[in-house]
Order: sequence, then structure tokens, then C-alpha cells
Amino acid sequence: MRRVLTLYRSSVGKKIMMAISGLILFGFIVAHMVGNLKAFQSPNGDGTHPLDTYAEFLREVGYPLVPEGGILWAFRLVLLAAVGVHIIAAIQLWSGARTARPSRYRKEDSQVFSYASRTMRWGGVIVAAFVVYHILHFTTGHVHPDFEYGRVYDNLVVGFQNPLVAGFYIVAVGALCLHLYHGLWSVFTTLGVQNRKIDRIRRPLAAGISVVLFVGFVSVPLAVLTRILTL
Amino acid sequence: MELDAKIPDGPIAEKWTRRQFEMKLINPSNKRKYKVIVVGTGLAGGAAAATMGELGYDVHCFTYHDSPRRAHSISAQGGINAAKNYQGDGDSVFRLFYDTVKGGDFRSREANVYRLAELSLNIIDQAVAQGVPFAREYGGLLDNRSFGGAQVSRTFYARGQTGQQLLLGCYQALERQIHEGAVKMYNRHEMMDVVIVDGRARGIVTRHLVTGKIEAHMADAVVLGTGGYSNVFFLSTNAKACNVTSIWRAAKRGAGFANPCFTQIHPTCIPQSGEYQSKLTLMSESLRNDGRIWVPKKAGDDRRAGDIPESERDYYLERLYPSFGNLSPRDIASRRAKELVDAGHGVGPLNNGVYLDFRDAIQRLGKGKVQERYGNLFQMYEKITGEDPYSVPMRIFPAPHYTMGGLWVDYDLMTNIPGLFAIGEANFSDHGANRLGASALMQGLADGYFILPLTVGNYLAEAPRGGVDPDHPAARDVIAETTALQERLLAANGKRSVDSFHMELGRIVWDHCGMARNDSGLKEALKRIPELREEFWRDVKVPGSGADLNQSLEKAGRVADFMEFAEIMCWDALTRDESCGAHYREEHVTEEGEAKRDDENFLHGAVWEFKGAGEEPVRHEEPLHFEHVPLSQRSYK
Amino acid sequence: MKLKLHIWRQASPQAKGEFKAYDLDGVSPHMSFLDMLDLLNEQILHEGGEPVAFEHDCREGICGTCGMVINGIAHGPEKLITACQLHMRTFNDGDEIWIEPWRAAAFPVMKDLVVERAAFDRIIQSGGYISVRSGSAQDANAIPIPKEDADRAFDAAACIGCGACVAACPNASAMLFTAAKAAHLSYLPQGQTERLQRAANMVTAHDEEGFGNCTNHGACQEVCPKGISVDYIGRLNRDLLKATLSGVEVSTR
Repeated sequence: MRRVLTLYRSSVGKKIMMAISGLILFGFIVAHMVGNLKAFQSPNGDGTHPLDTYAEFLREVGYPLVPEGGILWAFRLVLLAAVGVHIIAAIQLWSGARTARPSRYRKEDSQVFSYASRTMRWGGVIVAAFVVYHILHFTTGHVHPDFEYGRVYDNLVVGFQNPLVAGFYIVAVGALCLHLYHGLWSVFTTLGVQNRKIDRIRRPLAAGISVVLFVGFVSVPLAVLTRILTL
Repeated sequence: MELDAKIPDGPIAEKWTRRQFEMKLINPSNKRKYKVIVVGTGLAGGAAAATMGELGYDVHCFTYHDSPRRAHSISAQGGINAAKNYQGDGDSVFRLFYDTVKGGDFRSREANVYRLAELSLNIIDQAVAQGVPFAREYGGLLDNRSFGGAQVSRTFYARGQTGQQLLLGCYQALERQIHEGAVKMYNRHEMMDVVIVDGRARGIVTRHLVTGKIEAHMADAVVLGTGGYSNVFFLSTNAKACNVTSIWRAAKRGAGFANPCFTQIHPTCIPQSGEYQSKLTLMSESLRNDGRIWVPKKAGDDRRAGDIPESERDYYLERLYPSFGNLSPRDIASRRAKELVDAGHGVGPLNNGVYLDFRDAIQRLGKGKVQERYGNLFQMYEKITGEDPYSVPMRIFPAPHYTMGGLWVDYDLMTNIPGLFAIGEANFSDHGANRLGASALMQGLADGYFILPLTVGNYLAEAPRGGVDPDHPAARDVIAETTALQERLLAANGKRSVDSFHMELGRIVWDHCGMARNDSGLKEALKRIPELREEFWRDVKVPGSGADLNQSLEKAGRVADFMEFAEIMCWDALTRDESCGAHYREEHVTEEGEAKRDDENFLHGAVWEFKGAGEEPVRHEEPLHFEHVPLSQRSYK
Repeated sequence: MKLKLHIWRQASPQAKGEFKAYDLDGVSPHMSFLDMLDLLNEQILHEGGEPVAFEHDCREGICGTCGMVINGIAHGPEKLITACQLHMRTFNDGDEIWIEPWRAAAFPVMKDLVVERAAFDRIIQSGGYISVRSGSAQDANAIPIPKEDADRAFDAAACIGCGACVAACPNASAMLFTAAKAAHLSYLPQGQTERLQRAANMVTAHDEEGFGNCTNHGACQEVCPKGISVDYIGRLNRDLLKATLSGVEVSTR
């Protein structure tokens, strides 16, 4: 633990922590996207939907070896910790950068670095705000007009029938994927996982994964808006 | 002036070993009680400071740059010679020694040159151990090339940036000693003068270039590794800040200045593009391996190069020197180019260059091969001139590049002022009248890593230690003089910029004491330099104050010294009534138009004693003896 | 050519700086950028002003002394060159040019366009070397080094310490500079003994100097006059990770 703290104290260490926490969150996002696609399955015979069953499974997995929801909460705690580290490190790096460059250039030519890299910080803030909304919307239902606990599929369809909500979702997922694109490319440098082969494929790899995730995520609200998915 | 070279007895191959054994040693635990000042952080100064730090001395090191890594050694391109014989082509310490003495046209000291050749072996070992990334063969061993017309491949190189890599190795060693606390580094401190106490060098006076503070630093010995004075010509390949101030101020305090007229002109530089130009850029000499040098046969021919038919081109080096052709030695290639340009055959917008043409090489080898060999140089040329050398021939012209002259030093690299040492290009010791390619880096590092740290110890063992502080009357006097000089520059408040004076001085020296010299031209220069100097002090304009960062003031101080120094250079050229190496007196030419030495009257180093500005300096001589390399006339026909 | 120049003027480290505008006529396209500034200074001098302070020395792109942000780009619009290698033919008659110093807390402005870069020296002091004493080396050919490793070491060693990487980095990070030296030594067999210690020391020194953190923008690589690759940063990151996880303590004097 002491070594981890020593590592965290250095600027490179903070980056490494961001990379590792980012990778954890990336894993979650992939699983989340795959889970979302269950929305396209046809309903079970009993009026429930496979998406509901899947959610049920997540809550019950491991029971009775562990208390109900135990595994789910364990995952949630890991994710929460990852989000915490990711955000705290980001804020510290950000403030470090502001101290390091107290005065800006009168004229700045930003063509020298990519749009994705420049939007990491604001993109990150947008994604964080969205995540809070998203949890209040679909997990706890506080901002959902017609929330019913356990009826995941219905909640989803009702939620996305509002074009504003669906639109915000799509924009936020866009920001997330842009964030992931630079993050995934950058994680190789940060962790020093490099050789010629990797260097050749890392940019297309990051772009490909981001696009797949984007398509996967936005397919659900689009399907609701185009009435492919209905109640 | 007493000039005892203190060359050890015995056979030449044993002199250095013998000298090292004779040296008095200082107990390791006492070394830190001795304080040594090193001025300059190039290959010589940086290596000396680092090594003396390792040995345990209390080293104080000064540079006017913002970091020791900026020293001008960093610009050296070609390589460094060493008699390693890794190529198995018959090289040896003796051959390197022989080539260097002969290349210097018999105006250097045999014993010094032999030691240099001997130490060349250690330099390469040292540099590789430090991590200098020399070029390698696929087998992982070091690569060598032949350089500057040498008959063996003994040059080690790191692409076209050998100087940079060697300097960074030395800089890193220095930074390590700074970290250890063994060396205290003073960046942005310009040395203004030497402090002499009881006939010994005991300190220096510096000006801090940001705060303007002038102060004295005292020590038990002072080492100058402050480089050469090519910038006396204003336009040279030297970095802009290179100057003669530290060695000239030492000369004004009584140090002998040896062979100031031995200045080397490099044949392959990019010609000046206009009056505004501040600096000339060198293109590696390796270009002459494949490029063909020519001018139009007809003077004043202003057709484009491609429009001039083969029959109207004069490949003059190939014509005059059939066996060496375009690879003729630097001084010869330079002089022939100047003569043709002077005769109206010059090319380019200002008619001030000759062509270096790769057309035939591209036809013979293919563009790819040429690109592989010279790609980065072609790119550099294109960046500067805006012309593509693959389709238009390059234009080149000679430019001042290196100065063989410098402070007179004995075998221990000590000047005639006890406790004052000079190393690297700042001294005169090893290159005689002409330096061979890839030998400057070798000399700087041999002096810095291996010779000076030992000879300084030998001096310190018997010298007085401590007892002088910056309040010493001698130090206070020098501070007062330095301050007064600065005030005088600031008070002149004339109309002309420092640069305009420097340019004018450079023009006089270039015209009369440049590539070719003659009696009447030198006398003309000796008449005009004092006039210009007088005008300088009357009409120079130095804005701002002495109390902050003032680049005009920095330049003014340096140019003021060049104004005095240029005169002694011309005196030297005038009184050395012979031609030798780079010193080419038009009156002394062989039938083939080459330099004609006069060994009967000039087999010596000329050492000048300064007698005051405008006063005729006094010339002393250190006779030279050649026991191992028989005197002979160079011939490249 | 005729130009309108906006140049950052700042009298001293403490003073507040500002842009001053200058009209400059008679600029030749063959001039280097610094020749052009010399011309401007000559003009300022004759008008009774104080010339613009800017650092420069070799004027052929190797000493690393010169450096300024020209129209928002460190060393100006051309790639792989320093400000002194930039020529006026890159610009057009009537152009407006904004010239500013490197801006970073670790590079305080001394005067006008002159900044203090001693922080770079201190990073090297912390470990940017192989510890070897003069005269203690073995024969140079006793350690063969594969050509490819030697070449990669050279690519990293080509750094001239100009500071453009810091100037261009939105975080004012000096990671490219630090990583280039660490990488140069880490490709060589001689550099292995101190490799992890060096990584730990140099990164610590980098942070202590007040440089920002690398967030992989790659702006440094874009402006680097020697084209040094950000891949070296990855290499340093890995060494630092290894160093910390294997318990290497940062050594200070």
C-alpha cells in the first residue's frame, strides 16, 4: 500500500492510477453496453422482459452464498472507488497543470493536438454529470416520470420516448466515446505498454472500440424513438 | 616573458607517463580544501570541472549561458579522431601523431601532439561508458569513417551531431558532480577579468548577466576553457556569443598570446545571402566526398547552373589537384574558391559562392543513395536557402571556423602566469598552423578529462592555498576597472550600434587577415583598426543600464576586446613573414601556388606580450624541434 | 517585405509584461527569423528604445538556446526546426506576427522573450547520467550494442533542451524532455544499473520543479525540433511503475 501511495504522489503515478481506474470503468461500460442489447430480445411469455430477468440475475447472483445483492454491491463499490480515483486524480492533475501554466498565450494554435485530447476534461465533466442523472433516472427512478422497480425494460422504453431525454443520452454517450477514444489510445503510453506492433494498431483499435460502443449504446434510444422497441 | 615549455625528458612515447609519475600529489582528504575555478563548460571546461569534482577538489564553474549544455562544442558535426585501429587499417598512436604534426605544418609541439594521440584512446572509452551513442555497425561494434582526407578510418561519429553527443556526455558528468555538491555551477556569469595576486592567478571577476552584479571569486587556480575567437571576423560559423574576452583579458594581465594569426577557414559553408546576415552555417565536409566543385569558366557568367554546358564549367580542384581533387585539404580548397570568386567567377545572387554539384553523384548512385548519405544536410541547406540541392547545385563558400592560436601554455597547459591554465580551443598547443578535421573534439576532451585535472593538482601541491578573499585589494581594483569600463561603454551614447562596429571590424580583418594576407594589406589593417577602435569608443550606442539583462552591453564589452585583439592578430600575421598551414602570405608561395614555409626563420611559436592598446606588442619566440616527424613540404598534387 | 510585429515586452522577472506593436519594413525573404529580429533591434536602437531581449547562440538549431512562441506555435509554423532555422520566406508581405516567450511557471521570464530554464539542469542532476569516473572505463568495443538499440538511444539523445515541449504542452509538462534523457540511457547496456533509480529520481525532480503533468496530448512531439517521440514517455512510465512497485526509494542528496 505504501508503494502505491508513493506511486500516487508522483505525476506519472497519478496518470497510472487514472489509467487503471479508467480501464476498470471501461470494462464496466463494455458489460453495460452488452447488457443493454438484451432490450432487443423478445419479451418472456409471462409479461416480463429478458432485460428484467437479467437485472434480477445481477441482484441475485451468488445468493445464498452471499447476501442478496452482495455481488452487485461489491461491483458497485469497486466502480465507485474507480470513479473516485479517476475524478480525484483528474482534478489534481488539472490543478497541477493550471499552476504550471499560470499565464496563457495571447495567440494559441491548437491544431497541434487532437480534438479528443483537448476535450478530455470538459468531456469528463459532462460524462460525470450524465452518470448522476442516469442513475437517478434508471436506477433509483427519482427523475423518471413513471418508474416501476424491477420493470427495467418498461422504464427504459418510457424514459426514451421523451426525445429530449433520448437526445441528451445520445450526446452524453458521444462525449463518453470521444473520452474513451483518447483514453484508450493514451492508456498504452501511460502504462508503457508499447512496441512497434501495438503502436501501429493502437489508434485504429481505440477508434474501433469507441465506435462499436457508441453504436451499441445509441441503438437502444434510437430504436425506442423509431418505435422498433415499444412497451 | 619566460616561456619554458617544461617538456619531460625521455623518449616521446614515455614522456606523459614520466610526467605523471613526477607529479606531486595531494592527499585525497585534502583535495577539497583547494578551490579551482573553471571558466567555460564546453568539452574542455566541462570535462575538466567534472573530473576535478570527481577527484575531490572544490570546483567552481562559470558559464555565460543559461545552462552548461549550450557551449559551442555542441555544434561540431563531423566526428572525433582516435587511434583505436578498430578497422585494422594500419592506424596507430604514432600515425595519428604524425598526421597531426604534419597537418599542422610543423608549427606545433611534438610532445604535446604525441600525448594527444595517446589519450585519444581513452576518450572513446570514456565517452562510450557515459552512454554517448556513437554510430555502430550491425554487429554492434563501433563504426568509423575516414574524414578530412585522412588515409585511415579513425573518425568516430554520432550522425552529424558528434559534438552535441560528446558535450551532453560531459554535461551529464558535470551535472552529476553538481548534484554531489562537488562542483558549484554559476550560470549566466560572464568572466570579465582575471585577478592576479603576487604574480599568481587567484581569481576572476564576473558579471551576472541578469542582475548586472559585478563581483570577484577567488580560488587557488583558474582554468580557462573559453573557446576560440573566430568571431573577430563577425561572420563565422561560431555561435554568436563566442568571444575572445576571457583569454584577451588574461593576455592583458600578462599571459602570452601565441600564434593569433593561425585561423582556420572552412571550405564548405553556405554563402552570405545579404548584408543583414548574422551568422554563417557550416555544411559538413563529408559533402565533398561525392559533390563536384565548379565555377563557370567565363567570369560574370550569370546563366543558371543548368544552362551552363559541361565545356564551360571549370572543375578547378579536379583540374589543379588530379589525385586529391575535391578532397583537397581545407586551406587549399578554401583559397582556390576565394581566388575564383575574387576573379569574378562567383555564383549565386551575390556572386559570392562556388557550386558543389551532386548531379553526377545522383546519376551514378541514384537519388536514394545520395539521400541516404546526405539527406539531413540537403534538408538543412534547403531550409536555409530555399533551394533544392537535388535539382540545383549547392552554393558554398569558405568561412572562419576554428582558431589554432590561443593562450600560450606549457606542457602542463599552464600559461606563463602561474596558476592560470588554458585548455581546449582557448590554448594554442596542439594544432600548429592548421587543424585536421575531427581533431578539435579530441583535443578538448584530452585536455579536460585527462591532462588538466592532473597538472592542476601538481601545481596546487606547491602553490599557496587560501588566504585571499573577494575583499582583497587586488580583487577590488579589478572590480573597479571592470565597472569603469562598463560605465564608459554606457556613457558613450553615440549613434552606431555595437553590431555595426563589429561588422566593420570583421570586414577589415576578413579582407586583410583572412584567407590570404600580404604585407601592405596587413599594414593597412593595422592603420584602420585603431581608427575604428577610437570611433567605437566615441560613437557606440549602448542603451539601457548595467543593472539588468542588457544584451547590447554584453556585446559591447566583447567587441571592445575584439577591437584590441584584432590588432595583435594582424601584427602576428605581418611578422610571420612566411606561409604555413592556414597562414597564407601571398609573398611566400611555391611555384604550384601553395604555402611556402620558412623553417630557417620561423620554426617557432610566436608569443605576444600586450603593452597597452595602440602600443606595439612585443613578440617572443618558443623554438620548435622536430625529432620524429621530419620537416617536409606538403604536397597534394 | 513589410511586417507588423506584436512582441511581448517585460522589463524584469517581477515586472508586468505587455505586447508592443512594431512596424518593420525591408525584411528580405532570405532572412532568418532571428536576422529579422536583429533588424528590428537595430531600428529600435535608432529610435532611442531598448532592443528586444531574446536568447540565441549557434543559430543553426543545435544549441537549444533560442525559443519563442511564434503565432501560437513554439518555434513557429515550420516543423522540425528551431526559431533560428525559420526563414522569413515562410511569411508573406503584410503579415502580422505575434511573438511571445515560453510560458510556464517553471520557466520564469527574465526579460522580454528570455526565460530561465535551469529547471531542466536540475532534472538532469537528479539522475540523467551514467555514473562513471573519468579514466575508469573499459575498452569501448568491449560492450557491443545492437545497431537498432544504438539508433533508438540516439533518437532520444538528440534532444537539445530548448523547452519547446514545455511551451507547447497545455499542462506545461516537461515529460518529453525528462523521458528523452531517461530513454536514451535506458536503451544502452551501460545505463541498466541505474535505470529504475533514474526513473524515480527524474520524475520526482520533474514534479518538484513545478512542471505540469503529461496527459498524452502529443503537442510536445508536434513542436519538437528534433522530432522526439512521445513513445519515450511510455517507456519512462513503465520504468517508474516498475521502480515504485519494486520499492525503489527516490534518492536525494
